[in-house]
Amino acid sequence: MLDLDPGKYGAFLWPAFGISALVIGWMVVDSLSSARRWRKEVQRLEALRSETLWPETKDQPRP
Amino acid sequence: MFQALANPQRFMDFSRWAAPLVGIKAVILIAIGLWLTFTAPEDYQQGDTVRMMFIHVPAAYMAMFCYACLGGASFMGLVFRHSLADAAGRACAPLGAGFTFLALITGSLWGRPMWGTWWVWDARMTSVLVLFLLYIGYMALQAAIDDEVKAARAASILALVGLINLPIIKFSVDWWNTLHQPASVFRAGGPTMPAAYLWPLAFMALGYMALFGSLWMVRVRSEVWRKRANGLALQAAG
Repeated sequence: MLDLDPGKYGAFLWPAFGISALVIGWMVVDSLSSARRWRKEVQRLEALRSETLWPETKDQPRP
Repeated sequence: MFQALANPQRFMDFSRWAAPLVGIKAVILIAIGLWLTFTAPEDYQQGDTVRMMFIHVPAAYMAMFCYACLGGASFMGLVFRHSLADAAGRACAPLGAGFTFLALITGSLWGRPMWGTWWVWDARMTSVLVLFLLYIGYMALQAAIDDEVKAARAASILALVGLINLPIIKFSVDWWNTLHQPASVFRAGGPTMPAAYLWPLAFMALGYMALFGSLWMVRVRSEVWRKRANGLALQAAG
């Protein structure tokens, strides 16, 4: 049976679970957003390099 | 397997599918663990605060496990100059700091109603606080030195020196008189907890471990991309 009433200990129990959820949420969001940001940056720089090195073959497959 | 994954491209191919898979496992394990947490009976002494054990103890395990990984990565980086080792260390540190912070905060929130105090400078709590400061020091050192190679070397030495803190944390409750209770799961003679408390603890601990594994892979991928982006930016500037 699910027991979600910690009685007089609620003032300690819920902050513990709340802070855990916040910190874990921060870990997930920070990890994913950082990975996404750097992946996009690599894609942007690779596209820029391709255009600089082979501007005349921009729409053709790269060697 | 570790040698195969030390190759960045092979690691990127492996982690592309492994990170989300392990992440899904983490969500399932933590969901089951939370269900068991809130269906476990109240403890006759601790009452409902016993449920905090199922988030506090796994966080404390992970605080130490992440540091062991950080130490291992630092050793590999310093001795074998593995290309991914520094990235692995940098990826460990914020996650380890997060878990250590959680162990300290949830322990404090449990201690107030059970011990009558938020904090005491006993050996276990002080050594865990030192662990948190070691994580912060590692990240600060990485950020403070512009030359990435020198920064990685300095931070790795700090991480290796800090490894001495792990046995101190583990055995602090045996070596000194502490307010913190001694080991009740990993001890000679088996756990002292009933199964009703061991199951939620086991699921939450495995869930936290899987969460770390998944996020660690994501962060190493991020580090690989960051280094690649820095290389491309240098090429573009030159």
